[in-house]
Amino acid sequence: MITLDELLERDKKREEDGFKRKIRIGRIVKPGSGNKEKIIVVPTTVEEKFVHDDIIAEQEQGETEPTGGTGEGQEGDVIGEQPIRPEEGEGEGEGEGPGEGKGGEHEIEANAYELGKILSQDFELPNLKDKGKKKVLARYVYDLTDKNQGVGQVLDKKATLKKIVETNISLGKIPDVSNIDTTGFIVSPQDLIYRILSREKEYESQALVFFLRDYSGSMGGKVTQTVVSQHVMLYSWLVYQYEKQVETRFVLHDTEAREVSDFQKYYSYKVAGGTKVYTAFKLVNDIVEKENLARDYNIYVFHGTDGDDWDKDGKQTLAEIEKMLAYAARIGITIVEHAYVGSKHTEVEKYIQSSGLLTSHHHLIKLDVMAENVDDSRIIQGIKTLIS
Amino acid sequence: MELVSQHVKGIMEECKIRARDAGLRFDDETLEYIVTNRDLIELSPKMMIPTLYDYWVHDVRVLSGKGMYEAYPSNPFETVVNTRPAISYYNDNNPDWLNVMIFYHVLAHIDFFQNNLFYKNTWDIDLAGQALADKRLIARLRSEKGRWVDYVIEFARGMDNLTGFHRDLNRTFLKTGSKKLTRTDFYFDVFLQKIISVPQHEYVKEISRYNQCQKDNVDFFSQVTGKYPEFNELFRKETAQKSPPQMDIMEYILRYSPFLRKEENEWMKSVIHIVRTTSLYFQPQIRTKIMNEGWASFWHEKLFMADDRISGHETDYAKVNASVTAMPKVGLNPYALGMRLFEHIHEMEDKGRYSFAYFLLKDAVLKKKYDQHKNTGQSFIFKVREDMNDFTFINCFLEQAFVDRHKLFVAGKRINNQNMTWQYYIQSKKADDYKQMVINTLYHPPDIRIDAEKTKDGILYLGHRFENKPLKQDFIENTMIGIEFLWGGPVHLETSEPKSANQLDPRYTNFWDPSAQGPFPDTTAPPIEWQRVRYIIKDRKLHKQEL
Repeated sequence: MITLDELLERDKKREEDGFKRKIRIGRIVKPGSGNKEKIIVVPTTVEEKFVHDDIIAEQEQGETEPTGGTGEGQEGDVIGEQPIRPEEGEGEGEGEGPGEGKGGEHEIEANAYELGKILSQDFELPNLKDKGKKKVLARYVYDLTDKNQGVGQVLDKKATLKKIVETNISLGKIPDVSNIDTTGFIVSPQDLIYRILSREKEYESQALVFFLRDYSGSMGGKVTQTVVSQHVMLYSWLVYQYEKQVETRFVLHDTEAREVSDFQKYYSYKVAGGTKVYTAFKLVNDIVEKENLARDYNIYVFHGTDGDDWDKDGKQTLAEIEKMLAYAARIGITIVEHAYVGSKHTEVEKYIQSSGLLTSHHHLIKLDVMAENVDDSRIIQGIKTLIS
Repeated sequence: MELVSQHVKGIMEECKIRARDAGLRFDDETLEYIVTNRDLIELSPKMMIPTLYDYWVHDVRVLSGKGMYEAYPSNPFETVVNTRPAISYYNDNNPDWLNVMIFYHVLAHIDFFQNNLFYKNTWDIDLAGQALADKRLIARLRSEKGRWVDYVIEFARGMDNLTGFHRDLNRTFLKTGSKKLTRTDFYFDVFLQKIISVPQHEYVKEISRYNQCQKDNVDFFSQVTGKYPEFNELFRKETAQKSPPQMDIMEYILRYSPFLRKEENEWMKSVIHIVRTTSLYFQPQIRTKIMNEGWASFWHEKLFMADDRISGHETDYAKVNASVTAMPKVGLNPYALGMRLFEHIHEMEDKGRYSFAYFLLKDAVLKKKYDQHKNTGQSFIFKVREDMNDFTFINCFLEQAFVDRHKLFVAGKRINNQNMTWQYYIQSKKADDYKQMVINTLYHPPDIRIDAEKTKDGILYLGHRFENKPLKQDFIENTMIGIEFLWGGPVHLETSEPKSANQLDPRYTNFWDPSAQGPFPDTTAPPIEWQRVRYIIKDRKLHKQEL
C-alpha cells in the first residue's frame, strides 16, 4: 500500500510533466457522534470526466434538490425544521466532561501537526524558525531545579540537613530541641538530597490566532471550501511551527459576529444572512481588550471572505482594522472571488486597496485574492503571501 | 481473506436448494469469503475485485476510506461480485440465522446478475481471470514506461463514462437475430417517412395498397418505381453504404488517433482498451441498482420468512430487516423502494390489473375491489427482473396507487427567513413528480459523441447532445487535456451553457422588506436561456467560443 508521502512525491512529478497536481489534502472528515470530535486528515482526489452539473437546477429557486419521503400529510405541509444557525452544543446536550473534551482536541492537534509537517516539507512553506529565534515561542533551559533523594549531581546541603533532622525526630533521637546532640544522629542514604539537572520549558510568548470567516448566504459552495481549506492548512502549519504552542479562537460572521468554540463548528456552520465584515473585526478587538490578550500574546488574525460587504466603502471595517493594527502581529485577509465576479473587484478588495493600509503597514497586513476554483497549490501559495 | 467454514458453506448450500425451489436460477458454484473491515476498505475502490489493475487513485480512496472508517465505522453485511463463479464477501462472526437471511439476499443478487439481460455481455467473461491478466500487463508496462502508464489510465478513465454501453448491448442482441434492411422496410420506414415525408393519410393509403397487393399477388413496387423513378437507386445506395458502425469516443481514438498509431505509443492502446472494457463491465450494475437491491430484499424476506431456521429469531430478523428496508421519513432508500415496487407489481399482476379493462375503470371503489384472480404475479416479476433496468422499471411501474399506498411524497427543503431555519415540506404527492424525482437520481452520463463531419484537419470534434443539463464546468479542462493527449491534436467540444447575462444577482433583496426572499421567485426568475458554446483545447490551453 502506498503511503501519503509517496502520493505527494508522485503528485509533485506531475508538475514536471506539465500536468496539474491532483491530490488535495486537508479535507476533513466530520466528527462521530456525541462530543468526541475527530478530525481526520485524508488525501482526496477527483477524477474529472464529462458529467452533468446539478447545481444550476438548485440555484433556480433557492431550494435544494428535492428528495423522497414517506408519511402522513398534505401537499405543502411542513414536516420538520432545522435551524440554519446551529446553536452551540445543540442536539448534543450540555455538560462536556473536561477529560473527554481535552482528549478530542488533542487528536485534532496531533493530526494537524502531521499535516503541518507535510505542508512545510512537501509544499515548501517557509519555516518560521529560519526567520530568527525571536519567534520561537517556547524554549528549554536546563537548570538544577529538581530534587532527588539518594543520587544526583550536586548535594543540596540545607535540604539534606532538614531531612536528617526530620528522620531523627521520628526516630526519637532529639528529645530536647534546645540541646541537640548531633553525634547520636543516624544518617540514612535516603536522606541525602541532590539537585539534578532538568529541562525546563520557558515561555517567551504565545501565539494566539484568530480565524475569522464570513458564513453569509453568498458564501455557498466552493468559496467556503476554499477559505476553510486554506484556514485548515494555515492552522496546521502554525501548530507545526509553534510546536503546538498555539492558541486559536474562531469567529464566524454574517451581519453579526459570534465566537464558536472549536474548529469543527468553525468549519461546518452555514447560514444565509447578509454580510457585515466589520462585526468580525470588532468582536476580535473587543475580545482582545476585555481579556487583555495583547500583553501576553502574539496575535494573528486571518479573515476569509468572498469580498462581499454591505458596508460598501468599508468605513467601519477599516476603522476596526486600524484599531487592530495597533496590537496584531499579522492580519491576513483572503478574498475568494465567485466566478461571476469576473475581472471586477469585490467591495472588500476595493476599499482595502484604496485605504493604503497595505502599503503603509505592509509588514502587518496582507491581502490575497484568488478565484473560487483554485487548486491546493494556489491555496498554499496564498498562505505564503499571507505569512511572508 | 479466507473461505467460509464448512459449516457455513453447508448453510449456503441448503439455502440454494430452497431458493431454486422458489424459482431463482443461478450457477451451482459460488465462492464465499470472510473478510475483515480492512480488506473491505482496500477492496471497495477496486469495485471489490481483488485482481483489478493497480492505480494510484484507488490508493487515495483507500487512505480516505480508512479515515472515513475511523470517523464512521460501519460494516456492510455482504457484497456480491458479478463473476463466474460468483464471489461474495461477508463479515466475520455472523450468527447462523443471520447468515441464512444474508445468503438468501446474496442468491437473489446472483440470480439477478445471471438473468437480467442488461448483463448479457458480462456472462461469458471470467472477470477475475481477465482482470488478473490486465493487472499483470499494466504492471509490466509500468515497469517499462513508469508513471506515463498512470497518465494514460487517468486520461482513459476521463472518458470511460461515455462508452457505448447500450449500443454494444444492442449489437450483441442483433447478432443473434441478424436483420437485413428489406425493400419493404426501406420504403415504409425510410423512404416515405424521411426522404419524401408524405402526409399521414397517404402513408396509411400506401399500407392498405401494400396489403391489397399481397392478397392479390400483384407486384407492389412496380407502381412505386413508376411513381418515384429514383427509388431503386436510393435503395441500392442505402444498402451499399451500410452506414459505418457508430463508435464511442474511446473506440474512435483507439482506431484513428494519429498519436496512438506511432509505434512508440502502441502500448497505450492496450491500456485504454482495458479501461474501456472494465468500465463497460460495471455499467449494468450502475443501471440496475434499485432493481437489484429491491429484488434481493424481496427474496430474502420471502424466503427467510418461510424458512424454519427463523424460529426463535423473529424479532432479531425484524430489527435487521427494518434497518435495511425501512422507508426513510426524508430521503431515498433504493433497497426499500425496489422491494416495495416488486411487491406491488406482484400483487397488481396477481389481480390482473395490468389490463385494459382495469385501465378503463374509472370508479375508485371498483378499482379497489378489482381482482381477476390471475395469480400470475410470480412469473411476471421474474420477467420484469429479466427485461428491465432501473429507468424502465421506475418509468413503467411507479404509479399513483403505489405512491398512495406507501404514503410517498417528494420532500422539498427551503429556507424560512423568519425563523432562520431549513424547512422540510411535502412538495408533491403526485406519482409523476415522485417518478421524476427518482429518475433524476439515476445514473445518466451526458451524451457526447464524435461529430464525424467536423472531425478533420487533425481536430477531434465532440458534440454534446444537450438535455437541459449543462456539463460540470470545472471538470472540462482536465478531461479535455487528457483527450488531447491521447488524440495527439486539438480537441473541440460543443455544448450548451446558461447565457451569462441571465445570471441572477445573488444578493437580490426586496427593497421594502429586506428579510423577505425575492417576491414571487417563480414569476420573476426568467427561465434559463441556453447558449451553444465551443470549448477548444490546444497545447493544454483551454479556450471558449460562443457559437
